[in-house]
Amino acid sequence: MKTVLVRYFAVLREQRGLGEERVETAAATAADLYAQLARAHRLTVPAARMRVAINDEFGVWSAELRDGDQLAFIPPVAGG
Amino acid sequence: MDFRFSTDVIDPAALVLGLGDTRAGACVTFEGRVRATNEGREVQALEYEAFVALAEKEGERILGEAREKFRVLEALCIHRTGRLALGDLAVWVGVTAAHRGAAFEACRYVIDQVKERVPIWKKEHYADGATEWINGAAPPPAGGPR
Repeated sequence: MKTVLVRYFAVLREQRGLGEERVETAAATAADLYAQLARAHRLTVPAARMRVAINDEFGVWSAELRDGDQLAFIPPVAGG
Repeated sequence: MDFRFSTDVIDPAALVLGLGDTRAGACVTFEGRVRATNEGREVQALEYEAFVALAEKEGERILGEAREKFRVLEALCIHRTGRLALGDLAVWVGVTAAHRGAAFEACRYVIDQVKERVPIWKKEHYADGATEWINGAAPPPAGGPR
């Protein structure tokens, strides 16, 4: 098991009901972690429509999670 | 930081003073404002939320790209967060260059890329009380290595 910090923004923050949380997980990759969280908390944004950020940089869904990583899932953006 | 967020009203007159440069023959600015309708619905207010740490990095990358692609002297971009009223400035871009062509192109490049890539989200509040997170730009293909 490892512990990661997950941050939620916009629609995901509202669906989860909080902005960030520490998650203890056996998930191997960022994609596995999102699948787990989406199931547990009924998050509706498909991973295919999002990017993932790891430690405040864009990353890849297949990235292997390490203890202490900070993750954020990026729903479609709408600045401007 | 040439790309930054503001929780307060954007003042274009003050920002443009920061672009003074006697080498510049052109200064192009863009103001993105809160519009009263979107896709047929009557909008009353907007909320912007950003993943600031990553958004600042991505915003700086975009300004860097604009400086590389076009013959730009200065490029700045300020984006609001928080709750905005109709007519408020949501985003401001300012670019200077020796000639107008580069300034127009670079300004257009910056606002287009910001809308497409920077982790900022917009929630619309409608006249009928409903709210909605706007499904904006689909993500570019999977990012680079971590």
